[in-house]
Amino acid sequence: MSLSPTQVRHIAKLARLTLSDKEVSKFSRELTQILDYIEKLKEVDTKGVEPMSQITGLDNVTRTDTVIERPATTEALLATSPLPIVDQQIETPSSLG
Amino acid sequence: MISALTIAQAHERLKSKSLSAVEIARACIERIESVDKSLNAVVHRNFDRALEEAKKADKKGAFDHPLAGIPYLAKDVFCEEGVATTACSNVLRNKDFVPPFDSTTTKRLNTVNAISMGKTNTDEFTMGASTETSCYGVTKNPWDQTRVAGGSSGGSAAAVAADECLFALGTDTGGSIRQPAGFCGCTGLKVTYGRTSRYGVLSMASSLDSIGVLTKTVEDAAIVLGTIAGKDPLDATTGDMPVPDYTQTLKSGVKGLKIGLPKEYFIKGMDPQVETAVREAAKVYASLGAKIVDVSLPHSPYAIATYYVIVPSEVSSNMARYDGVRFGHTVPERDSLIEYYERVRSSGFGDEVKRRIMIGTYALSAGYYDAYYRQAQKVRTLIKRDFEKAFEQVDCLLAPVAPTPAFKIGAHTGDPVQMYLEDIFTAPVNLAGIPGLSIPCGFSKENLPIGMQLLGPQWGEEVILRAGYAYEQATEWHEKKPTM
Repeated sequence: MSLSPTQVRHIAKLARLTLSDKEVSKFSRELTQILDYIEKLKEVDTKGVEPMSQITGLDNVTRTDTVIERPATTEALLATSPLPIVDQQIETPSSLG
Repeated sequence: MISALTIAQAHERLKSKSLSAVEIARACIERIESVDKSLNAVVHRNFDRALEEAKKADKKGAFDHPLAGIPYLAKDVFCEEGVATTACSNVLRNKDFVPPFDSTTTKRLNTVNAISMGKTNTDEFTMGASTETSCYGVTKNPWDQTRVAGGSSGGSAAAVAADECLFALGTDTGGSIRQPAGFCGCTGLKVTYGRTSRYGVLSMASSLDSIGVLTKTVEDAAIVLGTIAGKDPLDATTGDMPVPDYTQTLKSGVKGLKIGLPKEYFIKGMDPQVETAVREAAKVYASLGAKIVDVSLPHSPYAIATYYVIVPSEVSSNMARYDGVRFGHTVPERDSLIEYYERVRSSGFGDEVKRRIMIGTYALSAGYYDAYYRQAQKVRTLIKRDFEKAFEQVDCLLAPVAPTPAFKIGAHTGDPVQMYLEDIFTAPVNLAGIPGLSIPCGFSKENLPIGMQLLGPQWGEEVILRAGYAYEQATEWHEKKPTM
């Protein structure tokens, strides 16, 4: 299984990353190596085996929707943003581009 | 040296008033100031507040809790109100992320007056096995500074081994506590998934991350675990299981205990010195009255491939939040939102994080999901079943932590797959969600520590702590200190 530079660019775009040409060729080589190693999984007979997404054995953990503590104020949470704060909101660049 | 005390020793001296909390905190601070320039284990220092808290603990004076007045360091992924937490990543460093809230673990420690002194080095977002992907540079091994301290909790392991603190917090997703503890010659406890709360700890792979501790002795690990374990309403994956007093059952010995040696953990290509040391440890157990049994975990050879599908898949989702909006790094160009995200992430993340995000994005994408992610989830079931079957025959398992002692800095940096194979004996444990305890069991001819791990069934921390303690009483490896 090899990943072409075009595929790497596509994956990077999906992941919101931009790569230089040099990075594209480096990652296409490295990601191919990793995928080659992962191919091993195809050897395993998993017919009839249930996939597992977590190991706790817990199922549908629910709780009542009440505030149990307020660890931080709105102002403190906003203060970690590197963008301008306007009327208790973060001003992001325009999504319309 | 005061900073070389164990928690249990320091507690006794605090109780008897032959030592104050301020004296212990000062000793650790002085030690950090004298050795950390070369080690690079501590990345954020919180010394003024530590001394203030130590003063308060002295004023209270009771020291009823075994951790009251005991200084510790936390891996740079534990949020602590008012203390920089950056996951050793440029994405959180350029404007240091200073969390406005506490992780449950540091909160539980600080509530009993343990003294938080700062943050330790880690691979970026804990992605690595050598601390080499940290934006602050590599942590050096206290036993040989041309070698890595391991990772990702390399800073915590080196800090404990070099007596910069009395204990340190770490996280273990595929070996990140056990392997550095093995490389640095200290004790490392990875708990059952769900035994400790992940709330307030920056996530890498949420179905595998577990919060644990690095200490100088097994008894100390039992003390800290008793304080941080237990259900947390802020982390729905924590279990409701009662938390036993781990220090109570610690000393009951291993007579009649059945210990399994999994044959897949003694493989061609590993350093023969590691194999010899672990087999010698099995003999020590036999001489203490334990029964040594050969067992098999047949799907072990597929654990790394499984792990490196599941982890990147979860990483690609967890890293989505670092977009330059709510926290961290930013760029001046702000023409469109999508381009802004791309610029922030591309300039903020290092190569290993980018590799994992991309592998995960690929493995989860339409057309590849069944072949990669779903198949890996099925193999994970088989790996978990392997362990369940083994624990029908034995009480715990004994295995090496890593195939070699600490490797040279730079040895694997050009080859991601080689670095991934570092986790070969540790990652299966996270896939199965069971606990593991790493303790020193010998030294190589280059005078590097060799680590072994004891693995227990789900929620079985008691049995591995008990087995670890018995070995520690019978041997002296844990008492050796690096000359610095």
